[in-house]
Order: sequence, then structure tokens, then C-alpha cells
Amino acid sequence: MMIDPLSVFLLLISASTPILFAALGELVAERAGVLNLGVEGMMITGALAGFAAAYATGNPFLGFLVAALAGAVISMLFAGLTQLFLANQVASGLALTLFGLGLAAMFGKPFEGVKAPPMPTGPLRINWIVWLGLIMVPLIWAFLNRSRAGLILRGVGENHEAAHALGYNVRLTRTAAIAFGGAMAGVGGAYISIATVLQWTEGMTAGAGWIALAIVVFSKWTAPGVLAGAWLFGGVTVLQLRLQAAGVAVPVQLLSMAPYLATILVLVIISARQKYSRRAGGGSPGSLGTNFHALR
Amino acid sequence: MILLVPRQTASNGWQIATPVMAVLATMVTGGLLFAIMGYDPVAAIRTIFWDPLFGPAASYSRPQLLIKAAPLILIASGLAIGFRAGIWNIGAEGQYIIGALTGAAVALALYPLEAWWLFPLMVLAGLAGGWAWGMIPAMLRNWFGASEILVSLMLVYVAQRVAAWMAFGPMRNPEGMGFPGSRNLQQYPSAANPELIAGTGAHWGVVAAALAVLATWVLMSRHIRGFHIRAAGTAPRAARFAGVSPTTLVAFCLGLSGALAGAAGLFEVAGPAGQVTDKLGTGYGFTAIIVAFLGRLHPVGILLAGLLLALTYIGGELAQLTMSLPAATVQVFQGMLLFFLLGFDVLTRFRIRRRLRA
Amino acid sequence: MTDIAVFRAEGIGKSYPGVRANDDVSFSVRAGEIHALLGENGAGKSTLVKMIYGLVRPDDGQMWLAGSLHAPADPRAARAAGVAMVFQHFSLFDALTVAENIALGMESPPPRRELSARITKVSHDFGLPLNPARRIVTLSAGERQRVEIIRCLLQDPRLLIMDEPTSVLTPQEAELLFATLRKLAAGGTAILYISHKLDEIRAHCDRATILRHGKVVDSCDPRAHSARDLAAMMVGGQMRVIDRSGRQAGEVLLQVTALSQPAPNAEGTALKDVALTLRAGEILGIGGVAGNGQEELLAALSGEVRSAPGSVVLEGTDLSAQGPEPRRVAGLLTAPEDRLGHAAVPDFSLTENTLLTAGARKGLVRRGMIDHGAARDYALAVIQGFDVRTPGPHVPARALSGGNLQKFVIGREVMQDPRVLVVNQPTWGVDAGAAAAVRQSLLDLARQGAGVIVISQDLDELLELSDRFCALNEGRLSPPVPTEGLTLDRIGLMLGGAHGMEEARP
Repeated sequence: MMIDPLSVFLLLISASTPILFAALGELVAERAGVLNLGVEGMMITGALAGFAAAYATGNPFLGFLVAALAGAVISMLFAGLTQLFLANQVASGLALTLFGLGLAAMFGKPFEGVKAPPMPTGPLRINWIVWLGLIMVPLIWAFLNRSRAGLILRGVGENHEAAHALGYNVRLTRTAAIAFGGAMAGVGGAYISIATVLQWTEGMTAGAGWIALAIVVFSKWTAPGVLAGAWLFGGVTVLQLRLQAAGVAVPVQLLSMAPYLATILVLVIISARQKYSRRAGGGSPGSLGTNFHALR
Repeated sequence: MILLVPRQTASNGWQIATPVMAVLATMVTGGLLFAIMGYDPVAAIRTIFWDPLFGPAASYSRPQLLIKAAPLILIASGLAIGFRAGIWNIGAEGQYIIGALTGAAVALALYPLEAWWLFPLMVLAGLAGGWAWGMIPAMLRNWFGASEILVSLMLVYVAQRVAAWMAFGPMRNPEGMGFPGSRNLQQYPSAANPELIAGTGAHWGVVAAALAVLATWVLMSRHIRGFHIRAAGTAPRAARFAGVSPTTLVAFCLGLSGALAGAAGLFEVAGPAGQVTDKLGTGYGFTAIIVAFLGRLHPVGILLAGLLLALTYIGGELAQLTMSLPAATVQVFQGMLLFFLLGFDVLTRFRIRRRLRA
Repeated sequence: MTDIAVFRAEGIGKSYPGVRANDDVSFSVRAGEIHALLGENGAGKSTLVKMIYGLVRPDDGQMWLAGSLHAPADPRAARAAGVAMVFQHFSLFDALTVAENIALGMESPPPRRELSARITKVSHDFGLPLNPARRIVTLSAGERQRVEIIRCLLQDPRLLIMDEPTSVLTPQEAELLFATLRKLAAGGTAILYISHKLDEIRAHCDRATILRHGKVVDSCDPRAHSARDLAAMMVGGQMRVIDRSGRQAGEVLLQVTALSQPAPNAEGTALKDVALTLRAGEILGIGGVAGNGQEELLAALSGEVRSAPGSVVLEGTDLSAQGPEPRRVAGLLTAPEDRLGHAAVPDFSLTENTLLTAGARKGLVRRGMIDHGAARDYALAVIQGFDVRTPGPHVPARALSGGNLQKFVIGREVMQDPRVLVVNQPTWGVDAGAAAAVRQSLLDLARQGAGVIVISQDLDELLELSDRFCALNEGRLSPPVPTEGLTLDRIGLMLGGAHGMEEARP
């Protein structure tokens, strides 16, 4: 099998882009203390909305913009439940995923079988959205670690009682973080439909949202870690596709398990290191997954 | 300005009222959605919620109610126990598939042997398969602290691919003219899970679901283990102080819910589905999550919620046939139902007060 | 000392559903004075300072700060007006650094490097060394408080509020704190000091406002009154006198030897070679500053954490490999510090909460099946026996006041007739009446021949109850000394003096 390292790398970063976007968005949400298991639902919403917009206008970038909006809008269902009605975050996230999958399947019917408009390539044979994803990594890192807003967001995620006591608006901060997570997941989903598969099929995100959630754990809640995780999965996916194409004597179905098994493996390794390491810090945000209610 | 004041105890009245309100709100919102899409909303709602039971084709669709409700109730009974303890098995779909595969494997391996013990053995194999698949996230959580949510979910995708592999490979029917899919177990008397009383749809899975409801009710309200599970869910440290081992609890909850999901899969593959195909998983494992919540994680509630969601399945199919509504309508309805339930739930835990401006 | 009131409150009132937290509260704090706000738990001190700090808005009344009306919409507004507050709980971000924590508490913090330099400088000037780059999790309780104080000092506050600041400090660290406060007051800052520790208020505060049931009952010079007088004003009646008589040490009940445990997590403390002997009829007091291994020691005794063979032996039976249930059956009972969520399930009724620990000894659970009737009867018995004020056993634990729930928790264990009872912080956050009842019940239990271990941060309580005293410091337990004739100074040194003073440079 001929392997050109550069083209493999390009495939890899392309394959990792949907997960990179979704995981970066979830990273910001989790740093604010919100565990949103609805990533898969927001991704599929973005995949459909983005595809539909790109198809209707013929402009793929408009598609991504619409996907970001759609992801943010549907994430507000989750935000309303958890921030306003103080519903359980795990259940609300699941509801968002189930609802998003259903909604996309329902409204997606007319778009089955049509083709997406072509994506123009950007510099270095890499398309603009991939570039955008790569640029988001240092941007989000700088936001979290160097900006005042990022510091407040981390404070809210680390200890919402203390943040409230210091006068920061926990609910607003979290709602904003959820919306950002939704927009990023939407773009990630749209990348699958507009730039990778080039058409709409039901359930096409195929667990990418869940893998993104696992990557946030893998990243130890840092932006560079998310990039590393996304590339790792891009690598596994590309390898698996290459092996399929090369006709390796392993059933296709078993090869296609690779990304999921790799996710589990990585989760186990990272969790074990966190569990057995004595060092403080580098763990999950202190208030992750818990709701905040202030009695005024 | 609206103010939420926490209640000292969850309100019993709202506990029962909110699921009903959620169903009504779903109907109204669903109707609006249909109107926007250009369907007659009243007809659509009637087709989904009324016609399967009392409509013109009810004699066909009514038995389907138990057929669809049984796996939902069986799976949700197990899931609810874990949810009560704060252990989130959301991979029941995978355990369901694996249970179907291991159960079917027993039959396919012994074909064409006829013996009375074959079916019970298949049930055991289904239970064991689902249990084992559920124990993977349990052990990974206990040993390494890996999130059972993500691991159990990843294992759904793995199980789907195992099922596809089995249907195309090892379990493919040798007399099936090369088509994917195993032998039809319904045509294998010792392995079949037949309708027990003609016209009711009741098969062994329905019996098992009824037993599961009864057993989980006793466990959760009369047995000290149920007490410990409930304690662990709301106050983990207190449960530990009482003597509950967190690792045992994780293994118990994931193992039990896995086993029940596996049994549900076996009853399905040996009965209504009939054969192993790559489409073994039909989403029961995910819908059961909604059933568990809608039923308030209570056995009786789950029984009712299971029947209701089974109804939406049948009604959805009916609406697809008679009104050509999209198949995914049911999924949207189910998602909406869970949303409304979680939203209305605020009423059980908080009093709503209007804030008086000074 | 000037006579200008920096802060003044007139007729402040605040109601919560079912509670009048503050009622017509008026008082003033002058520039340069340390003003004590004194009251029992639940007297309304916290609500009052939350209003000054903008966390809660008053229903009635008005406040003035430096001559202008003070009605902050949120804490930021209060900070901008010159109010700073050091919280007792919930105010630091564990995973963030000292500098980040301080930046979060400021309105417009300088750039990172400049801020770090200022932290280092100010912390030195006040004799409270701090390294701005360290994460909060790695700091001791005293050091954490320094972070809070420095956070306030960097804002040059007009009014500094301190909420029970010494509860986490050794006596030496408390001295250091008061020296700092004096310096601040000398510079013209008004200090509002909240506490229920009478001795330190008498030693260090210039004036005191005493709250009871949300109302101001008196305003006085604390130095002119005895601790007993102040307590009477606070509680509104005579204190119950504790009866210590009639106990004598008998045979050895509990023997702990070479008990070592790694820290359960990053914030936890490792237990290092802990050894103790407890005799029948004896009360052993274990003192220490919070976070020095108290919870870990209780967990090792309760069975929540297992230890090496032979390390925990009750009346000749090695229990070190047993979990909580077998230990209870054997007669070793415990009551953890945290009532809601550890000793009791907040959402469960009192009846259900009996099942948490009394299932086996009281026959409430047989062959795994729960006898709800028996559980209810036992809950009723505890409620009656310990004067727990509640409408009935069906009430969830979270609905009880701290004192009543503590009486229930202690009663639930005491009425099981244990051989050995270990309690952690038995009267923390409990009103004086309930505290006296709890202490008396522990003494009575010992009189009947049980062994009792009291782990507490309240040194007065330990001196009052225990026959022998050990100090727990960084997971090490000192050898016991007889309580009689023990001075606070001596205890302070046993508790490790002032922690973390060596850390001066970043």
C-alpha cells in the first residue's frame, strides 16, 4: 500500500475536524461546569441545517453559519431545562440528543439523495473550515487562560457558590457557554455533511458527539489536549478506512469498530491516570454537572 | 420576576401530574408541528394516540401494544434502578443487541435439536450476554474510574457492528441463498418465543416484563438493597457510611440492567423479530430511557409509561401508512416528551413564587 | 480613634418563607474599630452581612456607607463602594492559583505579573506570606484564609467583614490574624467581625452588637462584660450546666495501633501511624484544625475505609477488614461531622434515616426485608428521647434545623447502646441548647460504661468533655495528655502552631 505522509496527514486533520469543533465547544461548556450530553443531537442538527442551507444557497460557508446558529438555538433547550428549570444535566443532555436525532431525521427527508455544493480549498490544500478549527485551538486556550472572561468562566465551573458570592452571574455565564458549545457542535456536524460525506443521511454523525465528549475527558480539559485527542481519533479513523480499502482480511464491521474501541481505551487510560495520580489539578472542573440554585 | 423556592419534599401530587402534563404538552406541540408541516393536526394526534387501540384497524394493532411495551418495560425496569443510584447506563441498546445475539447463538448452535430446555437455556444466555456487556462499563468504572455513560454508549456502536458482522458472517443462514440474516427462529419450535394467548400479543417477554415490574417494586420499596440504592443516588457519602460499597453497587446496577436488556433482546429475536440481522437494534434501549424517566423511575410508572410509548410506536407506524407522516415523527415525539417532563419537573421540586419588588 | 460611623444600618429587615431572618436591625461601625457581631447559629448574622455585601437585598430599612446610601445590587457594587468580605466557606476556587483567585475578587485587576508582585508585597507587609502561583488545593486552611484576606486588602476597603474567621485556625494563627486586623484598623478601616467565640471577642473587639432571633438585643463594650454575661445575652437565658460526674475508666474497649492510610484524594490528609487506646467509661478528646485528618480518622474507624490487619481492634476482635455494618453489629458506632449528606440522607424521612445505621442492632431489617413499622417506632423513640423538635418521623432530614438534626443523629447512635461511639464535630453549627444536650448525652453514655471518642475543632468543648486529650496534626496523633490543667497555649503548640509561615517567596 502506497502511503504519502502528507496526504495521510491531510486526511487525518480533515477526519478529525468534526470532533475537534464539537469537543472544543464542549470543553468551554464543561469548563463553565456544564456537562452537556446533547453534543450528538446538536451535531446532527447542525449537519442537517448546514447541509440544507448550503444546498439551498449553493454557498457552503453560509451553510456553516446556519449550522452554528442551529446548534446554538437547539442548545438553548438544554440551557432552559438545566439553568432555568434546574433539571438534571445528564437526563437533559440525553433528551437533547434523542430529540435532535429525531428532529433531523424528520426534517431531513427532502434532502436525501441531493449533493452538497463543492467546498473551495484554502491554503495548503486544506479547506477553510479545517483552518478555522485549528485556529480555534489557540484562541480558546487564550480565552480560558489569559482573558478575564475566561477566568470568570473557569471560576463559575470550578465553584459556582464562590463565583456567585463574588457577584458573578452563574446562570448567564453557563448559558453563554452552552450556546457556544452548541454553535461549535453545529459546525462540527455540518462539516460531516457538507465537507466529508457531501450529502445528508439519517444518523450520519454516528456517535461523533459522544466521541467528542470522551475527548474532553482525554484532554484533561485543555484546548491543546482536545486537539491531540481529535487527531488521535482522526488517525484511527483514517487508518481504519485505509485498511478497509486495502482489503485486509478482517470483516469491515469489525474494522469500523476501531474508533469506538479506541475511545474506550483512551478513556480507560486517562481515567486510570487521574484516579491513581496523587497530583492535584488537571482534573475535571469542581462544579461539573451540578446545578446552581441561589435563594435570594 | 419568577422565584423558585425549593420544597422540603418532592410534591406527590405534581409527581403524578407532571407526566400527564408532559404528554398533553407533547400532543399540543406535536399538533402545532404537524400543522406547520401541512398535516391535519387533529387527525394526526388521533391516529397516533387513539386509532391503534380503538380505530378501524385496532384488531391488528392492539396486540402490537404488548409486543412493543414488553421490551421497553423490561429494559426500563433495570435502567431505573441504576438511575436511582446515579449510575447511568445509557448503553442498554448494546446490551439488548448482545443478549439477542448470545441467546440466538445457543439456538443456532444446537439447531435442529428439539428439546424443552432449549428456550430456557436461550433466556439464560440472553441474560448472561446482556449482563456481560453491562459489566464491561461497570468494571472499567470500578477499576479505572472510566465514565460508564461514555463507555456503555460506545459499546452500543460496537454491538451494532458485532450484530452486522454476525448477520453477514458467522450466523448467516446456510440455507438463506446468500442473503444476510440468520435462520428464522420462529420456524424452530424449541427456540421460538411464540404468542402465548392468541390475539393478545403476549409472549414470554411480556411475562418477564410483568415479573420484572413486580420484582423491582419489592426490591426498591421493601428490601434494604433498594434502600441503599436510593440512598446512594441522593447522598453517596451517606450510603457509604451505611455500609454500601460503591463498586458493588455499580456492578449490581449495570449488571442487572444489562441482564434485563439482554433478556429483552432475546425475547425479541426469538419472537417478533425472528432472526439475527444487522438491524437488530431498533432503538428500544434508548426509548427505554424515556420510559424510565416518564415512569418516574417507579415500577408502576414504568409499566404505564412503557404502554404509552409502545402506543406512540404503533401510532407512528399507522400515521406513516395512512397519512404518510415521516417515520421519525415518533422519535421527535419521544424526545419532546422527555423535554417537557424534565421541564415540568421543576414543579415537583420547587414552589413557584412571584417575586415582589420592594 | 475617630468617631465617624463608616457604616450604619437603620431598621433592616429580611424575611424568608417561614422565617424572619432579620427584624429592625440597627447598628453602626466606626472607622478604625473592630466591631463584633455576636450571635448563635441562626440568629441572623449571615443574612445581615450578605445584605451589606449585596448578596441579598433587604426587605425594609436602609444602610449608609461613608455617608451615602448603601444599596448594592450585587457584590460587585458593594465592592466598588468599599465593602470587602472574608467568607467562612465557599469562596475560593480550588483548582485555580492564588493570583487567579485574587483577580476574581477584584473589579479591575492589574495585569498578571503586576498582580503577582503586588500580592507578594502586600502579603509581606502584613506578615502573611503567600506564593501567588500556588494552587489553592495545596494550601492549608490558614493559608487559604490569607488568600481571602489579601484579596480584600488589595482593594483598600472602607469596611472589612470577617465571617467566623478563626474557626479554621490554630490559636497561634488566630493571634497572627488579630495582629493583622489591628494594623488595618489603625489605618482607618472599619472591621465587622462575626463570631460566637466569646473569649476572642472580649480580647480583641472594641464594641459588640448582639443578635438574637434576628433582632439586636444589645450593643456593648465586650471587654466590660464577662463571657458568661455575653453568652446569656446571646442565648437569652442561663446556660445549662454540664454534669461530668460519676465516671471511671474501666477495661480497654478499643485499641488502634499503627493505623496508616494514604490520602483518599488530593484534598485529603494521609493518616500516619495513628495509635490510641480507649477504655470503658472514658471520653477521649481529639483536637485539631480542620483538614488535619479528622474525616479520614473517622472513616477508618467507621469502616468506610478498611485498614491493615490488627490496626482497629474492638474488645479483642480485629475489625480492620470489616465494613461499617459488621462494625456496628460488633458495637463500634460512629457519627460523622457532616449531618446532611453523610450522617443522614437529606431527602429521606427520619424513619428512613434510622435504617442507615440502626437496621441490624435495632432489628429494623430482617433477612434483607425492611420492617417499616419498627423503623418508625425507633425514629419516634429517638425523637422523644432526644427532644428532637419536628412534626414527626415522616419529615425529611433536610427540613430539620442543624441542632435538631444533630440531636437526631447522635440519638440514633446513642440509643443503639454502643460499646464505643466515635463522633466528629458533634456540636458544629448547633445552637447552644442543642449543643448542651448533645454533650450531656455523650457524658451519660460514658457513665453507663461505653467508650466515647470526640473529635472536635472546638477546644472549649474538648476541655469540657474529655478526660484525655490528643492532637491531630497533619495526620499524626499526639500521645494523650490528661485534660486537667491543660492550657490553650499548650494545646496550640500541640496542634502545630502557625502553619505555613515559612513560605515567603514565590
